[in-house]
Amino acid sequence: MNLLLIGVLLALIAIAYQMGLSQSRNLAGKGNNSAKLHSRPGYYGALVALWCGIPAFLILIVWNIVEPNVLNHVVLNHVPAQVAATLDAASTDVLINRVEAIASGFGVTDTPAAYELAAAEQLAKFQSIGTFAKIAVVICAALAGLVAAKKRIATQFRARNQVEKTINVALALCSGVAILTTIGIVMSMFSEAMRFFHFVSPLDFFFGTEWNPGFSTSGSADGSYGLLPLLWGTLMVSGIALLVAVPVGLMIAIYLAEYASSGFRSWAKPTIEVLAGIPTIVYGVFALMIIGPFFKMLGESVGLHINATSALTAGFVMGIMIIPFVSSLSDDIITQVPRALRDGSLGLGATKSETIRQVVIPAALPGIIGAFLLAASRAIGETMIVVLAAGNSPLLHANPLEAISTVTITIVNQLTGDTDFASPQALVAFALGLTLFVITLGLNIVALYIVRKYREQYD
Amino acid sequence: MTTSNSTADQVFDPQHAAELREKRKQTISNSLAKRHRKEKTFRFFGFSAVIAGLFFVALLFGSILSKGLPAFWQSSMSLPVYFDPAIITTGAKPVQRAGESPAQFEERFIAWQTEMGMVDWDALIVNAMIAKDPALASKRDDLASLYTSSEAYRLRDMVMKDPSLVGKKEDIKVLADANVDVWLAGNIDRSLPDEQQQLSPEVRQLADEMKASGVMENTFNTNIFVSPDSRSSPATSGLAGAFMGSLFMMLIVIIISIPIGVASAIYLEEFAPKNWITDVIEVNINNLAAVPSIVFGLLGAAIFIGWMHLPLSAPLVGGLVLSLMTLPTVIITTRASLKAVPPSIRQAALGLGASRVQTVFHHVLPLALPGILTGAIIGVAQALGETAPLLLIGMSAFVASVPATPFDQSSALPVQIFLWQGNELRNFFEGRTAAAIIVLLAMMIGLNSIAIWLRKKFEVRW
Repeated sequence: MNLLLIGVLLALIAIAYQMGLSQSRNLAGKGNNSAKLHSRPGYYGALVALWCGIPAFLILIVWNIVEPNVLNHVVLNHVPAQVAATLDAASTDVLINRVEAIASGFGVTDTPAAYELAAAEQLAKFQSIGTFAKIAVVICAALAGLVAAKKRIATQFRARNQVEKTINVALALCSGVAILTTIGIVMSMFSEAMRFFHFVSPLDFFFGTEWNPGFSTSGSADGSYGLLPLLWGTLMVSGIALLVAVPVGLMIAIYLAEYASSGFRSWAKPTIEVLAGIPTIVYGVFALMIIGPFFKMLGESVGLHINATSALTAGFVMGIMIIPFVSSLSDDIITQVPRALRDGSLGLGATKSETIRQVVIPAALPGIIGAFLLAASRAIGETMIVVLAAGNSPLLHANPLEAISTVTITIVNQLTGDTDFASPQALVAFALGLTLFVITLGLNIVALYIVRKYREQYD
Repeated sequence: MTTSNSTADQVFDPQHAAELREKRKQTISNSLAKRHRKEKTFRFFGFSAVIAGLFFVALLFGSILSKGLPAFWQSSMSLPVYFDPAIITTGAKPVQRAGESPAQFEERFIAWQTEMGMVDWDALIVNAMIAKDPALASKRDDLASLYTSSEAYRLRDMVMKDPSLVGKKEDIKVLADANVDVWLAGNIDRSLPDEQQQLSPEVRQLADEMKASGVMENTFNTNIFVSPDSRSSPATSGLAGAFMGSLFMMLIVIIISIPIGVASAIYLEEFAPKNWITDVIEVNINNLAAVPSIVFGLLGAAIFIGWMHLPLSAPLVGGLVLSLMTLPTVIITTRASLKAVPPSIRQAALGLGASRVQTVFHHVLPLALPGILTGAIIGVAQALGETAPLLLIGMSAFVASVPATPFDQSSALPVQIFLWQGNELRNFFEGRTAAAIIVLLAMMIGLNSIAIWLRKKFEVRW
């Protein structure tokens, strides 16, 4: 029904455009002398189309939101008081579905109660009235807009300015979506985290050293919700990842920027950057199937116990993932260091590596540190690799060869499966998410600040 | 200082000077050798880092391909199935009678479906196996565990769709059971003792014999592309449901995030007045691009599921969450390509009397289009591979059907990979997981190559 109506509306809009177009052309007179008009004919058409479409679509949207509530109200009005008293949310839904089935003529398998039949009759009546009213109101709005706009067309009517203003407003509204998203993130996490802090005090959460949230089915806040073991796990895995990614990534950047021939660079750089485009779930499976067993075997061969799923496995694979992140960012920064600095150093007799270590890197250092911070924030927020490869043991220990749990693993664990959304066991995910959001945001702001502040040095 | 003074006082001694020069030369050449060695080591480290990076790429792709490619082939049997009327004894398909309400008809229809479900479809398949190789008749009991259980339902569905099949003979490809496939493909250690094997020794021997006699073949596995996930019959589990789910989400991302992203980039780059509001929006977008994806999942869980009560596990919600996540990428790349259009184009258009809107839409945007498209495709590819936010909005649920609309329960390709890697039937699903990864990577590589091709073809250098 709605689709049909939208189709009709679109057709009307097309007609409105044509009407505006032809009327303005008529105004322009013979030979299409559009210089007589303030705007080009297309703008008149567009304006009429906008007047025809926007109010009608707004009405349609509002109607579609309001109508189901009104109809449910109609049905529930017919339910006798003693039945209504026994209804909860689920059985209300069942009742409404039954009445709708009767009203649509599909019927129900058992004999419906008298009040259900009455409600269905009423509902069917309202439904048909509602449909007709909706069609009538929407189409009337469209036609009214069309006529009103068409009347205003005159040679000196500034159609273009109005159309452009509409475009401007629409563009501005779109850029508001990004702001709304941020507000949505902050508000939703904050309000849910606050609900969690009703159950558990923030002190216990932020400084607790034990993580054992119990089961949500118990319906209570039993158990301990200490953040520290998770945060420690996150830091350990990210630390290992950075230990892998930073030296390798930085050396790749240096080699490709300073030593490699342009031919080698032109295929090696994009090939390594492929690593950045691979979905994290693939890395997770890779860690689980290849790297984990490999480390375990390696450990056995030297008589060391290494868990297949451990902080080391997850950190190592995550390190591989962020290598291109470090290398491309550092590469950009190293190539930005001016030629004159290098030439000066080389002219004084320094070797290439001395130039790089003592001149280029110090000059590029702020940018490189910015890149590391961005890589670190990436590692901290990474989810799928740790979910698959870090194991899940929320204990405070410093052994990277053992399983560990992180903030992101715990968010996934607490919100998947049969959790009651209002229980502290589920709400804690939002408190964890908020912590994660604040940490990564802080790292990003510092990183962007450093990059921006020191970039101007050579401009 | 003292040495230079003392030499100045002394009478010039050519031999001593030569000695000193020689000594200095020696020191320099010694240290030079050391410095050159250091240079070489440094260079070697750089080169090994590049090689390590390339090695990781090769290892990743190599291991995934070697594990995944064999999973595209699977053990199956091509059997002449006889739809025996002596076994299929159900009545005719019910037709709606006059004066019968649809609800009553549906009840009767369901009763007929139940009756169809009671037919011994397995007997048809076992009979067909014996018909193919009469020597199998003595092992009737073991034959039933050779093929995957959903094949019986497939025969039922075929007859329900076309009752005239009864009494006819059809050649049907019957998939082997997952454990039989694992055994025949050698994905399980054949020397393991009986209690660790999934199959009884008789069935294992039978499978080997049938493989030798050619009844059991290794054929291309179309199920992985056309079937949804399945728990009761792992051998038929496929990616169709996850693929459709991902496709719906991609469509939603394309419909929502690309227009909104491009529009806001145009506004920020071309129209927005420079004031604190636009500054806030800018900082905000840059930070949004670096927010971990799982946070978007939390946003989706709280707002779309908890507050707006949109359906759980639906591609609609997944698409919305991914759209919000892709938005900053689209905005940033669009702004970059708008920035790359030189100001002279704008000045020329404005100078000829075009309005600012006309300048942007008639001149700047067409020139920036290749860059915008490239960015949009890369954003969509990124969204395609995203897993974590989808887990939080319930898309990790097991769904054994192909979604018909974005409102239906569904899985997604990366989530399907997550689910399969966790399946208990590890020997079988390891291959499936890798195969699913191959499909996902193939799609992403395809999208990215389109982006690269677009960039190469339409790139304008100023």
